[in-house]
Amino acid sequence: MVYLDYSATTPVNKEVLNSFNKAVLEYPGNANSLHSLGTKSLHLLEAATRQVADLMGVNKEEVIFTSGASEANNLAIMGVINKYKNRGRHILTTKLEHSSILETLNYLEKEGYIIDYLKLDDKGHIDITDLKSKINDDTILVTISEVSSELGIVQDIKKLGEILKDYPRVIFHVDGTQAVGKIKVNLDNVDLYSFSSHKIYGLNGVGCLIKKRHIELEPIIHGGKSQTIYRSGTPTHALCASFAKALKLVLENYEEKFEHVLKLNQKIRKNLETMNDVVINSPIDSIPHILNISIKGIKPETMLHALAESDIYISTKTACANDASMSLGVFEVTKDKERAKSSLRISLSYLTTNEEIDYFLETFKSKLKELSFRKGE
Amino acid sequence: MNRVILIKYGELTTKKGNRKLFINTLYSNILKKLKGLNVNIYRDMSRMYIEYLDKDQDLILKNIGEIFGIHAYSIAYKCDSNLDSIKETISMVIKDNLDNKNYTFKVETKRSDKRFEPNSIECNSIFGGHILKNFKNLKVNVHDYDILVHVEIRNDSSYVYLNEYKGLGGYPVGTLGKCLAMLSGGIDSPVASYLALKRGIKLDLVYFEAIPHTSLEARRKVINLARKLYPYAGDMKLIIVPFTKLQEAIYKNCLENYSITIMRRMMFRIMEKLTRKYKALGIVNGESVGQVASQTLTSMNVINSVTNLPILRPVACFDKLEIIEIAKKIDTYDISILPYEDCCTIFVPKHPIINPRLDTCLEMEKKFDYEEMIDEILNNLQVINIDNSKDEDYQDIL
Repeated sequence: MVYLDYSATTPVNKEVLNSFNKAVLEYPGNANSLHSLGTKSLHLLEAATRQVADLMGVNKEEVIFTSGASEANNLAIMGVINKYKNRGRHILTTKLEHSSILETLNYLEKEGYIIDYLKLDDKGHIDITDLKSKINDDTILVTISEVSSELGIVQDIKKLGEILKDYPRVIFHVDGTQAVGKIKVNLDNVDLYSFSSHKIYGLNGVGCLIKKRHIELEPIIHGGKSQTIYRSGTPTHALCASFAKALKLVLENYEEKFEHVLKLNQKIRKNLETMNDVVINSPIDSIPHILNISIKGIKPETMLHALAESDIYISTKTACANDASMSLGVFEVTKDKERAKSSLRISLSYLTTNEEIDYFLETFKSKLKELSFRKGE
Repeated sequence: MNRVILIKYGELTTKKGNRKLFINTLYSNILKKLKGLNVNIYRDMSRMYIEYLDKDQDLILKNIGEIFGIHAYSIAYKCDSNLDSIKETISMVIKDNLDNKNYTFKVETKRSDKRFEPNSIECNSIFGGHILKNFKNLKVNVHDYDILVHVEIRNDSSYVYLNEYKGLGGYPVGTLGKCLAMLSGGIDSPVASYLALKRGIKLDLVYFEAIPHTSLEARRKVINLARKLYPYAGDMKLIIVPFTKLQEAIYKNCLENYSITIMRRMMFRIMEKLTRKYKALGIVNGESVGQVASQTLTSMNVINSVTNLPILRPVACFDKLEIIEIAKKIDTYDISILPYEDCCTIFVPKHPIINPRLDTCLEMEKKFDYEEMIDEILNNLQVINIDNSKDEDYQDIL
């Protein structure tokens, strides 16, 4: 099997699974229970929280565990707009965002909020002048992804945060789901930051929202104090512990891992560029882990299934938005409807080997030929 | 070179009769604090010296910086008490600690051994001359100097050092007996406890808990605050007082605006019994005059009348900002501001009385048998030891 869909989800690291098993079996109490068994679980949860906080360079009190990045994104947006609703109703974002951002904003638009999409340059970076000109007295939130999930475009969140410091009423949320574990993350200028466990070789079902101290949120899941007052529900202490472990492991030698992925990415780019009808949508300075391409005239699903026949797995758009509509993100960057409708995402990992890439390229080439031939018929 | 950490005693040098007790207490506090490290500590009536392994230096300096009863401390080079040996050591100290930039300096010699010849003033010029001759970048300026070269000539050895770290001052914890400190979880009480420790008072801590009105998180917050005090305090007990029933009885039986006043009176009644039980000599709390309704002088009078024990209120006359400054210094502030309710914040009346009357209190207190409740409370105390046991590290999981 050649798995090239790491941005959809990653295989669970065995060590992480061991942590989970151990935590589940040895810490059976509910961390909210007042008895000693509960307290034991609570202490494990606290230690996991501390570890996540230390690794992310924030305070322990700033870590809110959620069920995943989608919930973290929802909590960030809904939490802010409900808490600060008297401040304004204007939100800024980009067309590159994950559906858990865009759909939430669509919902808010129907509720009367004004959603503005920031201009991007040809490499997909946010146009600073446009950002400054769009912020007004009514703006309460800027929400963007550090690394876009479809194209791998990296935004300079440190710089953007620096600019937003001049607008103290505007809260800055960053979706870091595709960034954590891949690039060096700096949360100094960010108010809220989401990420998830299953993108960093951890288990599915747990994520995190970092909420800086000076920000308040209205919970979206009510039910009283749990791990934090911002998110109710029985704390999933074993999942949180496994998440903390996954984060620690993924950050080990991340520079080496990055270099490895970069080499693989360059190899694929070099080969694909020579193939007819294949265009690369990811700008050159995108993260090497994500390579978005389009094949003219061939439905992306067709290629996806053809590759799957040979045990190679990639994705169309993002796994979370698998309907037939075109990719907003690809269209935003390429301004080309055909490309936006036929985009495929190849996503790599430090686990990906050279041999896998060779096999992929070889298979891709032959499938392309096959499908183009059929197209000709 | 034989390096030692040289410790100058704090205010205790003025306490002639009790000096020995103070020094011994400081000695045992330092021993406890450096437990597990390979050190040798020796002392005389004005200095203490710690011999240590180089690798432990930073750790020891950090620990010494958390001990009350120390005026100042420094890394001193030890040598024999003769001029040549001292000169050689001075050269070494300068080489080890200064770069080649231009500095002005002054030599300050102290002889505890007055038989040593030449005398201190002559020594200053001899050592100054030695430095001038050997270090072209150093110039004398006895009024406005960058570097102060300390030379201490004592009976069997001499010590040379440049930099001095400021100690915390105060008295060694334990020299003045024990008090019970009321720790609520707020900003003021940890600071009050810290200041009491500074005056040499050993502490056990008391936390009034009203589960389910207060949460277990509130208790953990208090435990974490106690842990922050631990580096200064050493081992303490945290006594947890189950206050729920009594507190509920107060709200059932008393006028709403008197509830806080009566609650505080009950707390002090319990504190008095606890001081007896835990052999303490007084109570420490974080009251600050005028901060809340129960902290007006009228309130304090009515509340205080239930006990004859000394109640120390170290922050009584501090502004809130001054208290916060200390809370930040001792790293309790961030814990204190966590939003968990404690006994004093639940059931807060809309308009607590600012000038309560004693007779009204007494009348209301007749309505229920608080003595029995207090007895029950005393039978159900929980005690948590605050010591250096660390949290589990969960290495196998995390």
